[in-house]
Formats: sequence, structure tokens, C-alpha cells
Amino acid sequence: MAILDSKIPSGPLADKWRKHKIDIKLVNPANKRKYHVVVVGAGLAGASAAASLADLGYQVTCVVFHDSPRRAHSIAAQGGINAAKNYQNDGDSVYRLFYDTIKGGDYRAREANVHRLAEVSVNIIDQCAALGVPFAREYGGLLANRSFGGAQVSRTFYARGQTGQQLLLGAYSSLSRCVGQGTVKLVTEHEMNDLVVVDGHAKGIIARDLKTGKLVRLAADAVILATGGYGNVFNLSTYARGSNTTAIWRAYKRGACFANPCYTQIHPTCIPVSGDYQSKLTLMSESLRNDGRIWVPKNKADVKKAPADIPEADRDYFLERIYPSFGNLAPRDVSSRAAKRMCDEGRGVGETGLGVYLDFADAIQRYGKQAAARANLHDVSPAKILELGEAAVAERYGNLFDIYKEITDESAYKQPMRIYPAVHYTMGGLWVDYNLMSNLPGLFVLGEANFSDHGANRLGASALMQGLADGFFVVPYTIGDYLAGQKPGGRPSIDHAAFAAAEKNVADLVAKLLSIKGKEPVSHYHKRLGKIMWDYCGMSRTKEGLTRAIAEIQALKKEFWSNVNIPGSAESLNQALEKAGRVADFIELGELMCRDALTREESCGGHFREEYQHPDGECKRDDEKFAHVAAWEFQGEGSEPLRNVEPLNYETVKMSVRSYK
Amino acid sequence: MVASIPSSTPISITLRVWRQAGPNQPGRFVEYPAKNLNPNMSFLEMLDVVNDGLEAKGEEPIAFAHDCREGICGTCSLVINGKPHGPHRGIASCQTYMRSFNDGDVIVVEPYRAKPFPVVRDLITDRSAFDAIQQAGGFITVRPGSAPDANAIPVPKDAADLAMDAAQCIGCGACVAACKNASAMLFVSAKVGHLGLLPQGQAERDSRVLNMVAKMDELGFGNCTNQYECSAACPKLISHDFIARMNRDYLGATFRQAFKPKSNAAGGGA
Repeated sequence: MAILDSKIPSGPLADKWRKHKIDIKLVNPANKRKYHVVVVGAGLAGASAAASLADLGYQVTCVVFHDSPRRAHSIAAQGGINAAKNYQNDGDSVYRLFYDTIKGGDYRAREANVHRLAEVSVNIIDQCAALGVPFAREYGGLLANRSFGGAQVSRTFYARGQTGQQLLLGAYSSLSRCVGQGTVKLVTEHEMNDLVVVDGHAKGIIARDLKTGKLVRLAADAVILATGGYGNVFNLSTYARGSNTTAIWRAYKRGACFANPCYTQIHPTCIPVSGDYQSKLTLMSESLRNDGRIWVPKNKADVKKAPADIPEADRDYFLERIYPSFGNLAPRDVSSRAAKRMCDEGRGVGETGLGVYLDFADAIQRYGKQAAARANLHDVSPAKILELGEAAVAERYGNLFDIYKEITDESAYKQPMRIYPAVHYTMGGLWVDYNLMSNLPGLFVLGEANFSDHGANRLGASALMQGLADGFFVVPYTIGDYLAGQKPGGRPSIDHAAFAAAEKNVADLVAKLLSIKGKEPVSHYHKRLGKIMWDYCGMSRTKEGLTRAIAEIQALKKEFWSNVNIPGSAESLNQALEKAGRVADFIELGELMCRDALTREESCGGHFREEYQHPDGECKRDDEKFAHVAAWEFQGEGSEPLRNVEPLNYETVKMSVRSYK
Repeated sequence: MVASIPSSTPISITLRVWRQAGPNQPGRFVEYPAKNLNPNMSFLEMLDVVNDGLEAKGEEPIAFAHDCREGICGTCSLVINGKPHGPHRGIASCQTYMRSFNDGDVIVVEPYRAKPFPVVRDLITDRSAFDAIQQAGGFITVRPGSAPDANAIPVPKDAADLAMDAAQCIGCGACVAACKNASAMLFVSAKVGHLGLLPQGQAERDSRVLNMVAKMDELGFGNCTNQYECSAACPKLISHDFIARMNRDYLGATFRQAFKPKSNAAGGGA
């Protein structure tokens, strides 16, 4: 049974991080040079961690499966990044960001971690502005903000609809500086395929060179995984196609606990699926809900009518109706489920009835009139107002409207967007303590790959915040506490038996995959897994469905291992082989997610069990029995994993029914 | 499953694709039929379908680079009918849809052809030269924890907006592929322009442009001869004005480098 010591410092909430930084051990500058840290992944968390540790003087190797660290999927985040700067003078504070995040996570996150996140959020904005991230500005030259879901203040910083891109390129520029100076060794197009554990400590990795198939041994004094989320277990999601669970899944199989795997975020505003060939879903940023109004027809009879033919009185702006105080900016889990309920009632729009409208007509009118007034125009024609309004909307969201047009061939300026929820983020991940170290000493996990800060639901614009917080401002301190207890330069040699065993493990797996030579391509199994997961472990879950899903996934696993066909060899670039290894891991992870969802007999945040709901359809938590983190421990192939529990002790906030009404 | 987009008549096309097993091996065009395609599928989804068919037969799939499939990661890099990223302006290969083609079309798909971007396999090229240029100077040096309050450095809105226009570069390399000289001037000038327009970027402005341009030349990228195919092929439509801006910066930096007095005491204090 794993020992889950969260190492949360004692004392008042607001002093914990400050106190902890004083209490933890330091590594002296001359010794830092002797420690080698391997960072896997170069998204916001990985790139910022690698650069920060190199600047501190550690030897750093950064391993990425992409051809360049700038490709990591952090780049696709659109809307923004939260920070408790209170630049808008609207009553924001560290405490309020902390509270909103705890409540948004449906009281299933650790108080101490979330408070620290809110504290360092302000440093992130300073750091990124200094790095030259071109954040949106007011005319006076100071930073602009907008609002995101689950908050009643404007604390989101942004760079058009490409905030993730600009932040990632900021972190990448720091990483590039270090690579250029020779303080970080960058290893691209290598995928981590196993974790090497020596005497119970993570001491290296086995990476596969994707161009040549060569297996590489990297020994380290500590290993950092910043490999992102695992939403592609659903096949269709807003993730990049390459995003995968392999690094964290193989670490799980080496003893790292996997916490709350069933906590999945389904984002309400994505472009609906159009056919079974489809490879990914595209997000329409939450920022659109600052101005767009979400509605469906009041009457089922109207769902096939053109939206313009449905008069105002026959429209149901259901988020504004059900959640008047947050309106269209209700949190993601709440908004997604509401959209699903409308479609379940038969009021969904689009060809298959799985869609709702996101309408900008009011915003175009409002901005048009403001622009006319600013330009001192009188007796303006409705056509001119429309023109001015569309220009104003284009300035805010132009690139999103362009993306929508490319995909659907429709103009969202002229008719409402049609949107539907889609898998977007995973709150679960490897279990970590307050130092972001897993139960395997020496293994640190950052960003979306860990489970720590978002509870059962993540608020918009908080993923970028967490990635950079972990990499720039948390792990550079906390890794020292572990390394100070390790002999400088004492890492094992790559000739150690554990490296040979791990390398053989990977080589055997690759050989086995290539030897099957069945009838179906890898994508066939990924699609089938995705459908099982979406049907039974998606937006709503039941005991019966999850039980069935586990049986179906076990059968799918058997079929995969006997009937997949992977052409080509292991000695050259082989994309089918890469996909196969990832899908094999997704199949196993899918089963664990269903198991986690089955045993969590309550509804919270993104985890909605139909059996546990309030009469109005909202989540019904069971704090008596489930105010804890479920951390699953691998027990060997063919054995059921062990469910360990870390209780969540709330010292400051009172757990209450989450309401956005 | 869900369908929001009106379905339309399926089309059939013939692909003429560059196949090359490895960096130093000869390549050739191979034809593959692709039948009954939904015009709403993306170009890469069409390749997925063709590859699934090949894999099921035990043939090696067409290797192509892709990841986010929403035009922001810069991984996809196809030359479709002779144009980097295909027939439309201002989008990446992954945002090209089959509705842009007609039933019966023969579509030629190639990798980028540029000396600094050698072919890895089939349609994949090695673009690590771009990373090397960034490493030479595409940054502002800031140690974490040492930054002043973000609002302590006001940035005029138009400077921030123009910097953002340049900063949008996705590093895909289409500018190089489109240029007859395989010049990387648009890529380099986008980073030089982005950081040089901001007050934060001034301290290293000269060294940045000098080092990045030197690295670009060293890696074998050609010169700019002002035809602006780069901007036309750029999925973010980054303006060639940034090239002119970089040339001015480079010239100024070269003079300052030559005539600026230098301190004898390099490095820190005791």
C-alpha cells in the first residue's frame, strides 16, 4: 500500500507557502552543478521548469516527442490566464482567486495547493510580461483583462485568442536561451517509454528515438514529468492528436499512484462532430461567452427552423434562466450538463439535434451603437451599426470566427454558432504531494499531468496558470528539498541492472506490437475505445454503464493485442507503431477511469453519476464518504489496482453546495 | 454521431504523393486513389483514411507531420499542388478541407523542398534549424523571480498590437518552402520584430538581430530578393514589412557594434 503523505505545511493557510519555503532544504550552488534532472515534456510546465532549473545551475536534459519544444499542446490554449492582480479594481484578491478555484473544483482540491497557485499567479504575469509576451493592452499601455467562467471579476489576461501560444513561446524562448547557452540539453523526437526506478527512487528514463527506433538510457538524480493530459483516451477531443498518456501511464506501472483518473473536463463550447472520419474537435474559446448568448428554441417544433426565424419570445437562454447570477459565464461542467439536458429534452439544434446556439447578434448591436457614439455619428442606419458592431466583434474574437468559418463554412457574424460539449482537459493525473513529488521519491509531476490543483472541475484560464506556476515558481524550490538528501553526483550509472531491465521491457513491448500482424489499423481500436468512454464515462455516468464499459474495454484490449496490424519496422520512423503504443496505454487507462468513476459514488464537478443528483439535476456530493483523493496503485498485470485514499481536510473554506444561481 | 454541417455529395480524387523511406534514400511519387470522401473532411483526415486502408493491408502508411489540427502548433507542413499549405491564404495544411477540391482531381502532395529542411521520411522534413536560430537570440533574458510588476512597464497599445502581429508566427517553415531562395527572413524578422517593438526587448535588441541573422546564414538559408512569396504562403499572413524593419535593425546594430565604446570590465563584481 502506497504511503500518501501530502506534506501540507501546518499553520494558517495564507502563511503555508512562505513558511514552507523557509523550512525546506536548499542545495548550495556548487552542488547544483552535480545534479542531473531529466524533464520530460516542454509545454508550459516542462519548458518553464527546465529553464528555471538550468538558471539555478542544475544540469538539465529536456526530452520531447515533438520535433520542436514549441509544438507542445499548451500552444493551442485560446482564452487566457488568470491572475489575482486586481488591476481592474473590481475586488479581486489572492483569497478570491483561491476561493473561486476551490468552489469551481467542487471542493475536491487541496486548499493549500490552490492557495499557493493563487499566490504565485501574480508573479507569472510579471515574468511573462518581462519575457515579451504581447498581452492585450489598454490605450494607456497597461494590461487589459476579460472575464472567464466561474468568476465575478475580470482577472483573465490574454493575447487575442492565442494566449496559450504566446505564453508557450515565452517559456520556449527561455528554454531556447538555455539551450543556446548550453545549460539545457534538448532531445527532440524522443518519447519516454519507461521510468527507471532504483531502490524505490526514480533515477532515469528509457526514451525511444522516434526517427531511428533506438532506445536511449538517461540517468538522473530526479525526473520531472510534464507530459500533459490524457483526454485523447476519448479519441475525439480538443487535444492535439499526439497528446498521450504513455509517460505517466508507464510511471504508474512502475509504482506512481494515479489520482482521480475519472475527473474529466467536458468543455461546453466546441464545434460539433460532423462525421465518423473526424480526427479531432475544435474548441471555441470560453472568452466568447463574455459576449455570446447561449440558447435553444423553447419549443421542440422549432429545432429545424433557421435561427433567424425563431422570434425572441420563443428562445430559451437557458444559462441565463437557470443561473441568473453567473449567466453565460457559469463554469464549464455546469454549462456542459445544462446543454446536454436541453438536447436530451429534444431541443437541441443542428442535423442530429446535438447542438446549441451561441449567438452574437446582441453583442454586435451593442458594440455597433457604442462605436457609432464614440465616432460621434448621428442617425446611423441599421446597416452601419451592423458594420461597426461586426468590426468590434472581429477585433475581440476574429481568429475564432475565422476558425469556425473554415470548419463549418458558415459565418458566425451572420448566424449563431452551433456548439456542443467536448472533452477538453483532465483534472486527474499522477498523485503528487505539496512539493509536486509523487509517492515515488525523485519523480516530480507538473502541469496537467498531475492531479493537484483543480479538484473535480477546472475553471477557465487556470490551466495556463497552473503550468507556469509549477514550472517557474514551485518546482525550482521544492526539488531542492529532495535533492539535498541525495548524494551529489550519486545517480546510478546507465549500466545499472534497472536500466537494462527497463530497456528490455520497452524492446519486448515494441517487438510484440509489431508481431501481431492482424487485420485492423490502430485507429480502429482508438475509435472504439473512444466511443465506449464517451457513452459510459463521459458527461454522465451510471453504475450499470460503467460496469459494462469495464467489460467492453477488457474485451477490446484482448482484441487489440491479437488483431491490430502495425506495418513497418522498429528501426525507422514508424507512426503506426507510435500510435499503437499510445493506444495500448489508453485502453488500460480507460479501464482505470471507469473503475474510478464506478467507485466514486457521488457526483462532483466533471464527474456526474446519474444516481447522485439534486432534483434540479445538479451534482450531489457525498462529503461524508468521498471528501478524499482516490489514488490508484498498480498491482501487476491482470490484478485489480488498489484504491488508496488521501483525505481532504478543509481548514479554511466550508464545504457547501456549489451554487451559481 | 453528431452532425452539424450539412452533408454534401461525396467526391473521389487521386493522390500523387512523395514517398521516401529515409533521409539519404531516393524518393518517388506514388499514386493512391481516395474514394467517396465527405467534402467536409479536412485534408489530413483524408490522409488518415488513406493510411488506415494502407495499414489494414499491411502497407506502410504515408508519414506526415501533424499535431494540433487547428492551425496553431505549426507541425503540419504539406506542399499541396505546389503550394505550401495548399490553395487557400492564411491557413495551415490542417485547415484545408476537401471541399476545396473537385471530384476527379489529381492532387500532388510533397514535402517542403529546401536545403536547410532535409526530408526525414515521406512528407516529413527536419526543421530543427528554426530552433537553432531561436537559440541564437530569439529571447529576452529574464530569470524567474526577477521581473518587475507587469504594469511597471507600460507598452503603447499600437506597439503591443503590432508586436502581436509578428509574434503569431507558428514556426511552420512555409515561408522558407515558398521562397525560391529558401530564405528564412520572414521567420527571423517576425521574432526580431516582435521583441524589438517592445520596451522589454531593447537591452538585447542589437545582439539579438546580429546573432539570429548570423545563425540563419550559417545554416544555409538563402537571401531575400523581395518577392514576398513568404507572406503569401504564411498561415498567419505575417507582413513582409517586418523584413524591412529587420534590415534597418541589422544595419543600425552593425554600426553600433563597430563604433560603440566597450567597457573593459566584463562580468560582475567581487
